[in-house]
Amino acid sequence: MPTLIELKDGVCRTLDDAFTHVADDEDMASGDVIVSLTRFQSEGEGLLSEGRRVGVRLKAEEEVEALAYDLPRVSVVALEFPKYRDGRAYTNARLVRERFKYKAQVRAVGDVLREQAGFMVRVGFDAFEPADDASANEWQAAVHRYRHVYQRSADGRAPAFAEREA
Amino acid sequence: MYTYDTIDKAMLADRSQEFRGQVARRLAGDLTEDQFKPLRLMNGLYLQLHAYMLRVAIPYGSLNPAQLRKLAWIGRTYDKGYGHFTTRTNLQFHWIKLADTPDILDHLASVDMHAIQTSGNCIRNTTTDPYAGATAEEVDDPRVWAEAIRQWSTFHPEFSFLPRKFKIAITAAPKDRTAARVHDIGLVLKRARDGSLGFEVIVGGGMGRTPYVGPTVKEFLPVNRLLSYLEAILRVYNRHGRRDNIYKARIKILVAALGKDEFAKQVEAEWAKIGEGADLPDTELARIRGAFAQTAFETLPAHSEAFEAAKASNPAFARFVRNNLKPHKKAGYGIVEVSLKGIGDTPGDASSEQMEVVADLAERYGLNDIRVTHEQNLVLPHVKLDDVPAVWAALHEAGIATPNINLVSDIIACPGLDYCALANARAIPIAQQIAEKFRDQDRAEKVGELKIKISGCINACGHHHVGHIGILGVDKKGEEFYQLTLGGSGAEDAAVGSMLGPALPYEKVADAVDTLVDVYLRERQDGERFLDTFRRTGVTPFKEAVYADAH
Repeated sequence: MPTLIELKDGVCRTLDDAFTHVADDEDMASGDVIVSLTRFQSEGEGLLSEGRRVGVRLKAEEEVEALAYDLPRVSVVALEFPKYRDGRAYTNARLVRERFKYKAQVRAVGDVLREQAGFMVRVGFDAFEPADDASANEWQAAVHRYRHVYQRSADGRAPAFAEREA
Repeated sequence: MYTYDTIDKAMLADRSQEFRGQVARRLAGDLTEDQFKPLRLMNGLYLQLHAYMLRVAIPYGSLNPAQLRKLAWIGRTYDKGYGHFTTRTNLQFHWIKLADTPDILDHLASVDMHAIQTSGNCIRNTTTDPYAGATAEEVDDPRVWAEAIRQWSTFHPEFSFLPRKFKIAITAAPKDRTAARVHDIGLVLKRARDGSLGFEVIVGGGMGRTPYVGPTVKEFLPVNRLLSYLEAILRVYNRHGRRDNIYKARIKILVAALGKDEFAKQVEAEWAKIGEGADLPDTELARIRGAFAQTAFETLPAHSEAFEAAKASNPAFARFVRNNLKPHKKAGYGIVEVSLKGIGDTPGDASSEQMEVVADLAERYGLNDIRVTHEQNLVLPHVKLDDVPAVWAALHEAGIATPNINLVSDIIACPGLDYCALANARAIPIAQQIAEKFRDQDRAEKVGELKIKISGCINACGHHHVGHIGILGVDKKGEEFYQLTLGGSGAEDAAVGSMLGPALPYEKVADAVDTLVDVYLRERQDGERFLDTFRRTGVTPFKEAVYADAH
């Protein structure tokens, strides 16, 4: 089971992951699961009616708009980084938070490296499956490296121009 | 000029500290070169043929004397006593040791400088008119918007891993000195009939393998809506730009594939959803604008006795004035171009001593203002005409008063095979040979404006596509050959040059340029520039002359 780091109230902690990733060609697991968008669209209704929590995993090329209607029933939105330098998931994360006001977990999966932690947190990710074995402490340090930010984003931090006015 | 406040300074300090940790992990062997590469690239540190190269950002090409002196000092202390100004108006040090880089970043931060976003697939240094705040041609000061974009684009959480690098240029003058139409985004500041300010937004220009003059996707964007509109463009690009092929990943390919109308429609739809909440508040715009408020100009007569006397008595000074002094908006002032294109020198290189001379002159005579041009020269934008003779004398003494701005020897050349691992062929020696051909300044002046641009490979860092004469290094069975193009322009009359004919061997290039110039001098009509003549006659007379030997 990969490490799961969760960011809550400004603190990063390592957790046991309650969810199981189930690939499209795998048999359905028991308990809480994260499935692809395709699988969610065909099996989501059934899984939810069994009373379990369901997360949806979006590929980089899938747009979060496709999930907008179902968001209230989804417990985790997992966004894939096929490579760390594929930045499409940053847009998906920001939109799911800012435009669709999604409050539950947004999880970074795939080539997830601590050097990108700061960017990820700013666009609204709050859970991470690090590919580089980073510890919660290292993740914590990476997240809080910069004392200021220049832009508005999904994390609600006051950008420089707002700090200047205060 | 904009002055960094405690927040801007804290950003640089935090960045520097972060990189110090990353370098320590690399030197201790905790990171492999593969793992370290993306981290160093985020800080402008490249591994070149012989050493590390550090690219220092010079936001919108604007420097104060303390900053330029610091660059000179770094060049002397950590490099071989010089630096190279680039077409992105940055400065590169080519001989850097990895272990020194954290200290260098600290020294840079001490004068509010850094290497942030000088590489990587992010929004790079935004460039603007080197005459901003000094030329009467501009409708307003473009640096206000360049600074707004600098802040907005720095560590942008959503747009730091784009399909490919992203370059923005802003001009506020009809005479475009920024090559706005061959940028990922070109912004042309304009005034509407009702007096309001707005941008013409050009998206998808570029060079490289597939050169395009960018189409206009919005005729008039109210200035205060700039950041939300940029966000919409970048979001459409981040989602839909190609990531499967590095050579098709720039936004120009997306714009061309969708067509400009469909691209504009997608941007408009996204922009409508974003809304005004993403724009800078007026208070912040006013704060930035205030930083670029009127410089402390004196009220002077338009005529300067000292200046006129020097011109009359000294032909070398008069020649410098004809070519390197440009009109200023204030009476009694001039814009002085400092040429980094000395005959036989490497285009864009400046020694530490030369940088210090320019810094001193800016302090003494130039209202503490220095600019870098995308054509790799420096500018002292505010010099009193009374002081131009003294400025010229000091520049002349330092070897940077070559009177060749916009002339045939004012060449853009990439570092080429002498430094760069990507290059197919040398660029700098070609530039030097061409400059030698036109060492005779009377002849160079007679030829007039002629922009030669040289790239050592198809990546086009030397902007050959938009050279009046473009020269591209290609590899033919292990030998250096050069493909010539004619008729390109990066200015307001932007165009991609067209091919002259078969590629020429290394030793024939300078002669071919000489021949092209002879054809132009023979064919030109009343005051035409090389570019105008070429556009009138077409390629035929030029082609016949250059390839005459072959027939």
